Amino acid sequence: MSDTELTDRQLTGLSDISIAEDIPVEGDIAVPVGSLRRDDGFSTLDEPVKETILRDLRAVGNKFVHVLYPKRSSALLRDWDLWGPLLLCVTLALLLQGGAADSDEQGGPQFAEVFVIIWFGSIIITLNSKLLGGTISFFQSLCVLGYCILPLTVAMVVCRIVLVGGSGTVSFAVRLAVVTASFGWSTFASTAFLVDSQPPNRKALVVYPVFLFYFVIGWIILTFSPSQ
Amino acid sequence: MSTGSGNRNTNTEPWGSFDDNLIQGGGSAVIDMENMDDTSGSSFEDMGDMHQRMKEEEEVAAEAAATEDDAGEDGEFLGMKGLKGQLGRQVADEVWQAGKRQASRAFNLYANIDILRPYFDVEPVQVRSRLIESLIPVRMVNFPQKIAGELYGPLMLVFTLVAILLHGMKTSGTVIREGTLMGTAIGTCFGYWLGVSSFIYFLAYLVNAQITMLQTLSLLGYGLFGHCVVLLITYNIHFHFLFYVLWLLLGGLSTLRMVAALLSRTVGRTPRLLLCGTVSVLHMLFLLYLHFAYHKIVEGLLDSLEGPNLAPIQRVARDVPEMTLNATVRSLGTLPVVR
Repeated sequence: MSDTELTDRQLTGLSDISIAEDIPVEGDIAVPVGSLRRDDGFSTLDEPVKETILRDLRAVGNKFVHVLYPKRSSALLRDWDLWGPLLLCVTLALLLQGGAADSDEQGGPQFAEVFVIIWFGSIIITLNSKLLGGTISFFQSLCVLGYCILPLTVAMVVCRIVLVGGSGTVSFAVRLAVVTASFGWSTFASTAFLVDSQPPNRKALVVYPVFLFYFVIGWIILTFSPSQ
Repeated sequence: MSTGSGNRNTNTEPWGSFDDNLIQGGGSAVIDMENMDDTSGSSFEDMGDMHQRMKEEEEVAAEAAATEDDAGEDGEFLGMKGLKGQLGRQVADEVWQAGKRQASRAFNLYANIDILRPYFDVEPVQVRSRLIESLIPVRMVNFPQKIAGELYGPLMLVFTLVAILLHGMKTSGTVIREGTLMGTAIGTCFGYWLGVSSFIYFLAYLVNAQITMLQTLSLLGYGLFGHCVVLLITYNIHFHFLFYVLWLLLGGLSTLRMVAALLSRTVGRTPRLLLCGTVSVLHMLFLLYLHFAYHKIVEGLLDSLEGPNLAPIQRVARDVPEMTLNATVRSLGTLPVVR
């Protein structure tokens, strides 16, 4: 209704200039009907729970593969989830906690601290990239940063295995190599995903906090030693 | 379906809350009237209102039913419809309010981000040149020097300093108490940056210096670059002589740069002395503090934590036979020391 009024007004406005009032208004008006609301035959309500869980797990696994082989695809950005980051974060925190839990002293990085470092660190990086003018959404960035901890978690597992063998110079060298490699991998993978959404002249400014974030995590992993 | 009707009513009528109360009272009456088909016992105004509402709901229901294909039955349960509509309206109202609150909060967050965005409007080259300039004092005190009002560099420098401090604490033998160290490091760095900036700003306000809070934050933040370099080197190479040289050289240079900038923006001998003396003393002592006292304090803290950790238990055990009350009081008294 208001549209026709608007058109009328526009037409009368035009008629003041040159066009006659009785020009017929023609055209097709296509209104999207409510069929958009309905999923076309695809319903997840009556499928077994196992399928649902497996599908979600497969999605998470797919994203792990994306992180391990970071080619420039937007799958990690398009359908973000926070399950993978939560899983990785909890695993890492538990592994770092493990050595100190059974001893009396409250030493070593605590579960909560690792947890807080990871989440608050990613939130700060995300806010920083937003402030620098990035076009990525908040949770997309959290998702990418969380998934890119995967190499570091793998490095942590390797470190635990190496530490079982003994802690000498050789073991430290092996751990240093593994952690450095995985730190580089994490930084590279996350920047491959994140940098595209940034203004081209400011990539270095966005990469620096990411570098610092993974550096601190990698350094915590490297200096971890299970207490006897 | 009911969400739509609720939204619609609250949107179109500004007296929604008053009306809702009215309708709450008459909720059961609607059903009765539908069953008995009697209009006595209720004012006509209410009835008119009811019918209008019911018609509206019917419309909404019809709209919804167009997608659900079972439009025929809805007309018969108008009474139930009304009750359901009211419930739905209340719930929808609450949901809508909560949603509005949350949305406005999120909007505020984003608005705040937009407010902060100009302060992060830098290029990598600018940051690099400002980092280098922070170690080059400019001997120009007659004309106000330019101080960039920017927060990216200072913020990143503070985070870097936190990481370096953590590293220093770990390598200085305080391997345990990681989390406490993390919190302490963050608290120290941010506390120094924000606290001293506010203090300088306050002093500058007192002595009538031309500087804004933003410029203070930026100046002091970039001044931390020298600290970062010195601490990164001296935490890894343990020579006291090297530290003193670097402390005087890099710390002195960054302090001189801040002092020169402040000098050029202050008028008068006493104000200059006051402001610049405070800044240089605070800045130089902070570096000393970070290098020496910090991990010593932490180590001392650890000693005091580990020492009395066992002591109160022993003391309580020993004192129990003598006097229970006294022992508990004493153990209570020792608790704050432990904490």
